[in-house]
Amino acid sequence: MTEDVWILGIHMTKFGKHPDKDTLDLASEAALAAMADAGVTINDMGVLAAGNLMGGAASIGQQIQKQIGQTGIPVYNVANACATGATALRTAIMAVKAGEADYGLAVGVEKLAGAGLLGARNRKADDDTYQPTGRYGAVLGLDGRVGTESMPGVFAQVGMQYLHEHQYAGAPFELFAKISEKNHAHSTLNPLAAYTKKMSLEQIMGDVMIAYPNTRPMCSANCDGAAAAVVVSDSKLKTLSLEQRKRAVKVKASVLTSDPWQEACQVLPDVNTLTKRAAAQAYEQAGVGPDDLDLVELHDCFATAELVHYDNLGLCEPGGAVDFFLSGATWRDGRRPVNVSGGLQSKGHPIAATGIANIWEVCHHLRGEAGDRQIDGAKVGMAHVIGLGSACGVHILEKSAA
Amino acid sequence: MTQVPLVDYLVLGDEPHLVAKQCQACSARFFDRRNACAACGSAQGFDDVEVAREGVLTSYTIVTFAAPGVPVPFVAGLVDCDGTSVRGNIVNTEADPEHVRLGMKVRLTTMPLGTDSAGTEAVGYGFEPIESGVA
Repeated sequence: MTEDVWILGIHMTKFGKHPDKDTLDLASEAALAAMADAGVTINDMGVLAAGNLMGGAASIGQQIQKQIGQTGIPVYNVANACATGATALRTAIMAVKAGEADYGLAVGVEKLAGAGLLGARNRKADDDTYQPTGRYGAVLGLDGRVGTESMPGVFAQVGMQYLHEHQYAGAPFELFAKISEKNHAHSTLNPLAAYTKKMSLEQIMGDVMIAYPNTRPMCSANCDGAAAAVVVSDSKLKTLSLEQRKRAVKVKASVLTSDPWQEACQVLPDVNTLTKRAAAQAYEQAGVGPDDLDLVELHDCFATAELVHYDNLGLCEPGGAVDFFLSGATWRDGRRPVNVSGGLQSKGHPIAATGIANIWEVCHHLRGEAGDRQIDGAKVGMAHVIGLGSACGVHILEKSAA
Repeated sequence: MTQVPLVDYLVLGDEPHLVAKQCQACSARFFDRRNACAACGSAQGFDDVEVAREGVLTSYTIVTFAAPGVPVPFVAGLVDCDGTSVRGNIVNTEADPEHVRLGMKVRLTTMPLGTDSAGTEAVGYGFEPIESGVA
């Protein structure tokens, strides 16, 4: 029987524009604050896992150590697209679970303000003479000629595919815009969100169309930010103070999956099957079901993505995501609040930080420290991320009984 | 004029069509070159198989903001061609949700994309609505 693992300390920086701070400033701020929150220091840490996806920095973990303490512990530099933060956390959790360390530190950081459209690269000038290249033997760039490689377009198709499979007869644009309306409304209570402006349905639908049915406010916000977490073994936690034990949050489940082959996955990434599998494993590990979740932070990289994950995470009846959403269930005063942080559409999406920041949000509520946006009496919560390619991280967390 | 297909899974000629590589062990289909089968792991090999030229639109997006150099708007879609999913642009229709509908029937078509310095013409593919299939 392996040991239980707890989150002892956790921190996210303000998400948004940080022109005066570099990647290491943000990562250090998050790491130092997470350790202070835990009541420990870098000298206690037995393992460090770190991720930074877009900065192009090699060995981000060692670079962070140069700022917060070079203690010689093993460092794992991880990359898993938008699931990078969750992968760093899971790496630290595995090390503690395996008995190789009592304490682990996980850090995710990104500088992404003003990054523009992700997934798509500028189309280069056509070659002078056509020469088949690559695994498709293409003579010209394929983006825009054989579908789209932009993230808003890929995830727009993910949402539209769900509507087709479940014979939705309504207006897709308005439906998805309503999901965004919810998340932007939630963000007004989150002082750390990049955008905290309430937006009406008319404003959302009237904004710049990026890839139908996703307008700009229905897309995740590129921004700067970092998040870090300190994890501890159950046996070590028992030796700590009552105050530390009270604020510790139990990791009831920690799961990472990749995408199993599906017929259409070569032409449109399948973000569903690996999420369904991760959720099923997480519920099994945690010994809880969807009805036990007091709040869920899920990967709403686009409004069109949030809808399908209601179904993938088992929050609604299979095929019932639309009715579930329209019932009001996922608003903060509904029966299954989703993305009370404002989600990626307003809180922002500094890629490698996201998979720890969503854990921070859940922990904040379970500790009863979420202030104006506190979900009263929250005991169990879930955090979910998807990294296209694909990787899915699901964590289920539980309030301490101490 | 010499023509070259945009991708090697597009076969030009009197009846342009797409060709998939089908796993000899499990029949999973791929459009790109694979070292072994992603569905079953078999390294037995692949056979070329013709993909149906008509299908049903199972998802789409209308891209109005793309990377520099990519002309917009265009419709990117996912087409179920008799059990084989194909990615392609939806063409010869207005790029709006009134004209592009989930579940509509479409068929393969080709179009010239440009000519290189040697006078070779690149030919791409897309899917166009079949009139009778539009509700």
